[in-house]
Amino acid sequence: MSDSISSDEVKHVAHLARLRLTSEELATFTEQLRAVLDHAKDVEALDLDDVEPMSHPLPIENTMRKDIPNPMLKPSDFLPEAPAVEGGRFLVPKILGEEE
Amino acid sequence: MNSVTPKQYQSASEIAGLVANRETSAVEILERHLNQIEEHEKDVNAFNLVTINEARAAAKETDKLIVEGGNVGPLAGVPIAIKDNLCTKGIPTTASSKILEGWKPPYDATVVRKLKEAGATIIGKTNLDEFAMGSSTENSAFGPTRNPHDLSCVPGGSSGGSAAAVAAGFAPIAIGSDTGGSIRQPAALCGVVGVKPTYGGVSRYGLLAFASSLDQVGPFATSVKDAAIVHEVIGGYDPLDSTSIKQAPNSFVNEIDQGVNKLKVGIISELMGGIDGITQEVIKQTNIAVSALSDAGAQVEEVSLPAALYCLSAYYLIAPAEASSNLSRYDGVRYGLRVDGANLKEMNVNTRTEGFGDEVKRRIMLGTYALSAGYYDAYYGKALKVRRLLAENFADLYKDYDVLLSPTSPCTAFKLGAKIDDPMTMYVNDVCTIPSNLVGHPAISIPFGSGKDGMPIGVQILAPPMNESVMYQVAHTLEKASQ
Repeated sequence: MSDSISSDEVKHVAHLARLRLTSEELATFTEQLRAVLDHAKDVEALDLDDVEPMSHPLPIENTMRKDIPNPMLKPSDFLPEAPAVEGGRFLVPKILGEEE
Repeated sequence: MNSVTPKQYQSASEIAGLVANRETSAVEILERHLNQIEEHEKDVNAFNLVTINEARAAAKETDKLIVEGGNVGPLAGVPIAIKDNLCTKGIPTTASSKILEGWKPPYDATVVRKLKEAGATIIGKTNLDEFAMGSSTENSAFGPTRNPHDLSCVPGGSSGGSAAAVAAGFAPIAIGSDTGGSIRQPAALCGVVGVKPTYGGVSRYGLLAFASSLDQVGPFATSVKDAAIVHEVIGGYDPLDSTSIKQAPNSFVNEIDQGVNKLKVGIISELMGGIDGITQEVIKQTNIAVSALSDAGAQVEEVSLPAALYCLSAYYLIAPAEASSNLSRYDGVRYGLRVDGANLKEMNVNTRTEGFGDEVKRRIMLGTYALSAGYYDAYYGKALKVRRLLAENFADLYKDYDVLLSPTSPCTAFKLGAKIDDPMTMYVNDVCTIPSNLVGHPAISIPFGSGKDGMPIGVQILAPPMNESVMYQVAHTLEKASQ
């Protein structure tokens, strides 16, 4: 396993997760995440090469329902709970022209 | 020490019987519990919201139905507290997070619907660690919940509000969710019964997702039988949950008295001193439980679950990984909080930065890292392999043993503030409960004596998937031995 997380990597991960950190938070989180990732290195003691990963407790594939109409939520059920709505749709700030 | 626990608990089955026979009314039962809340809630802070008006209307409706000779369910007039990460139609549902401030779900969770249909009175929404991430109910936008047995201690978590509500006599039954021990650990710390059902046995429809392959909804109660009754009500197949099991068992109460004669019980040695941090008094009390089962006719042997040593590591990669994906939906667009910004991305960042607490941010970042390019194989991939090893370990043991036994929590309830600044120390609280979540098996915690500090100790019974009947039998036997 590679060296555990640097503060630059924490900064990058925060960006990916759409979170902003103050410099104090960056220092604290880096230290705390490092402690968890260091602990996770104990699995290196195991020989896992031939072990099949298990992502779910149940061996299920796709679950499909019958293709028949069912009652479902209407926009009037959930739009009143949204922070901003216009013309029966969710309203968001401008998307185009964003800098990456 | 300041304690607010009642001298005696009235069971849900007794209440339902009295209400159905009109020896008392659902309204009377409700008012008695509302009085207890009125008197002690300011000390405990078990609830984010007590739904007094809705509860009074529901209780009146139940009484009316009974007078009219209508068919009332097995929970007629039983007040039930619901963890605030389960959707309740038209009633705020917050997950104890600022990011869902003011949001009212447009539908009931399946579990909530089933409880209402069974005649229960929903009494309120209970406090939790934000999005069910924590082991102390201190990570809440509503402030911490306190342990009714000693108000200077935590109730455990994340379903600490539900556990405390039952222990304080605010409701005979509460519902929680268990992703890594979030029902069983607070049940142990508050001296009540807590059950994590088989994964897929109880619908997750309407549960705000934390880690979808681990989350499961279950009951808190003051007795094993009450827990089994509620489990029967909330369990079973639900087409609205794509991971619901078609043959999900939901008949447990009839067999609860069958005892443990000739049953084979394995004691998990890794959780009886093999792993550091499990206190001597908890181990000692668990050994007394083992002797009690042996006296009742069970064959008891020490067994090894080698992968248990690595469960904490695997869990704290898998759960955050799934959380980082699930919690991406809180983006300020469809519900709850929005903090404005010049463009969409800035609004997303502002909303999430202000809306999420530290523990949630920590886990989102941990999960994002574990899933990111270059680290996926080293962290998440390895964790999934440990999960497979664990499942194989369990399968081997269940060839020879009917149930397994271990402590529930490595220690009794700790003081508020004692562990909150050290995440890794906090995570160790889940070491005994995590294995069941990783493999999707059922487990129950029942109170069994107390520590030197006078605080409750819980013992955990683990059973094979879909086999809660034997779990309840053993727990019921142990419960009788503890009285």
